[in-house]
Amino acid sequence: MARKQRVKEIKLTDEDLPINGESSSIWKEYKNKCWDVYQNLPYPSSTDDEAWRRTSLRSLQLDRFQLPNGQAGQSERETIMADYFGVSDAGSRGGQATLTPQEVNLTLSPEWVEQGVIFTDLKSAAEEHPELVDQVLGRIITPEDGKFAALTGAFAEQGIFLYVPKGVRIEKPIYGLTWAPGASVAHLSHLVIYLDEGASLKYLHESTSPQDITEQALAGENWEIYVGPGANLEFVEFQTFGTHMWSFAHKKAQVDRDGKINWVMASLGSHLSKHFSTYDLVGEGAEGQISGLYFGHGEQHQTFNTQQNHLAPHTYSDLLYKGVLTGSSRSVWRGMIYVSPGSQYIDGYQANRNMILSDDARADSIPGLEIQNDDVRCTHGSTVGKVDPDQLFYLQARGIPLEEAKRLIVYGFFEDVMKRIPFQEVKDNLSKEIRQKLESLPKNGK
Amino acid sequence: MTELIINDLHVGVEDTEILKGVNLTIKTGEVHAIMGPNGTGKSTLAYALMGHPKFEVEKGEVLLDGENILDLDPDERAHKGLFLAFQYPVAVPGVSVANFLRTAVNAKRKANNPEDEGISIPAFRKMLREKMELLELETSFAGRYLNEGFSGGEKKRVEILQMAALDPTFAILDETDSGLDIDALQTVADGVNKLRSDQQGTLMITHYQRVLNYIKPDFVHVMLDGRIVESGGPELAKRLEEEGYAWVREKNAG
Repeated sequence: MARKQRVKEIKLTDEDLPINGESSSIWKEYKNKCWDVYQNLPYPSSTDDEAWRRTSLRSLQLDRFQLPNGQAGQSERETIMADYFGVSDAGSRGGQATLTPQEVNLTLSPEWVEQGVIFTDLKSAAEEHPELVDQVLGRIITPEDGKFAALTGAFAEQGIFLYVPKGVRIEKPIYGLTWAPGASVAHLSHLVIYLDEGASLKYLHESTSPQDITEQALAGENWEIYVGPGANLEFVEFQTFGTHMWSFAHKKAQVDRDGKINWVMASLGSHLSKHFSTYDLVGEGAEGQISGLYFGHGEQHQTFNTQQNHLAPHTYSDLLYKGVLTGSSRSVWRGMIYVSPGSQYIDGYQANRNMILSDDARADSIPGLEIQNDDVRCTHGSTVGKVDPDQLFYLQARGIPLEEAKRLIVYGFFEDVMKRIPFQEVKDNLSKEIRQKLESLPKNGK
Repeated sequence: MTELIINDLHVGVEDTEILKGVNLTIKTGEVHAIMGPNGTGKSTLAYALMGHPKFEVEKGEVLLDGENILDLDPDERAHKGLFLAFQYPVAVPGVSVANFLRTAVNAKRKANNPEDEGISIPAFRKMLREKMELLELETSFAGRYLNEGFSGGEKKRVEILQMAALDPTFAILDETDSGLDIDALQTVADGVNKLRSDQQGTLMITHYQRVLNYIKPDFVHVMLDGRIVESGGPELAKRLEEEGYAWVREKNAG
């Protein structure tokens, strides 16, 4: 039986795979495997795939997309660097990376190079450090995870590999930026972070694009993260794509014995986002905290599928996602805490809170628990509500005008997620972006 | 000297008339108390003066310094110098007392002078610290989220802190004594007394005479069924405490 074709296919062939005679064998194998899986997977369908039930790809014109082929010019790159990296003191950073269609540009402070930290583009890493790359690449996110994971896995030429050796603790944060210019382009990128035993890292990644493009473009991002025994990762992602972008991401961390991840996601941009965020707690004593902040306006559609997998005893997970929806924007959060048989003494929490600022906005919140065990403590909660008129009156009675009162309430609403962000600079940028979104709303809040 | 004049004020909620013609004039420097049994419209008066959207003014006017304020939004009324200490202060999670108060102080300054660039952070901190000492609030309160997890006494003290910081011309205290034990009442009353001045008029709404032992009013009014039916000096409160409201009801029956 012919399968139903709901999405126009992107026109890519094996000729487009970023491999050549010099590519390392693990790179080639991985790319070919992803390509095989890609060809055999159907595009997700909102009627057939439970995880995609509320997200339609019908108006996505995939057949028009091309790979970027180095479109950003030098002058554009300078602007990007000035906008995103130029504002702050470079000395406060351990390193930085920019992914543009043209290149992957990376710098790392010499002190960390000396200690064996590897920060390079993924393709070169596969050649120079195959034994390390092979431990993570395609092992945390497999192409079978989804059509877009396979697409990105196969065709992403741009990528980052960041390895922190045993016991090395990088105090200054490392910054990464994905810059996705142009229309009708599929920007595919792959990020691999590998923290060896006892290592620690603060990493921030911003994914962004020009804001004034009207034709569609696509971003596919695969992020694979391994947090080794006793290692500690503070990971912040910040998505500010223009509203022409369709953003598909598979982001997954594996946390080993006594390892810790504090992961914060802020999602403000894109026309449509479909993000799968997962952590697997695979070793005893592993801890994962994941927090999300999203703000929809206009016709934005943002979907977050989160999965907290307890695959070992004595593991702890905590999720807090908070969203504000305006205009006719829509959000869907589907969360799952999974506890495997044999994983006892588990604490798992998930909460999703939504604030609706207009009549046409909508938030769906679907928590889930799947527990194969007795000795666990798991709670979940979700709420969708409007701004409390009593709060508004209280603030107005103190002289704070209505729009400013709403702003204060929205900031307050996001505050507990904000507090989990370990970088002041990110908090400031985020507050600024939220302020701009709120200020651009019509006065009646529609 | 400034006056707050309430003229023949009729206010309803969802088609039910609650205030049926309230008349009252308060001058700066004066403390007025409105007493009355539950459900006579005392809190409605407080909310209507501040402009709560749920309460519909059907008739009458409220003049502040000669200007009718009934068409103004609550924030504009606050800018004109009106303040309401809430009976049930509202929690605003994630917004610290300090951040909230600075926003409020700056909004008022800006409304009265569009050129104003806001109070400087050191000046604000100094002001806040002084007012907090006055109300015996620990400085850690500045960083706590507004009314979230506050005890009844803390909420009321923070209401008075806000009054102190915003320095209104007319303050309405809506059942500020309710839910307070004697010690908390004493602290709140001390705060109000320290803030009393010739520049400020106060309207205290209360159910119990008790608070008037701590904050001495110049004038006492009795409200029954949406009207002020009896006015006098402090001696009126004493009589109410001893005899209850029965005699007022009788006097005004028919």
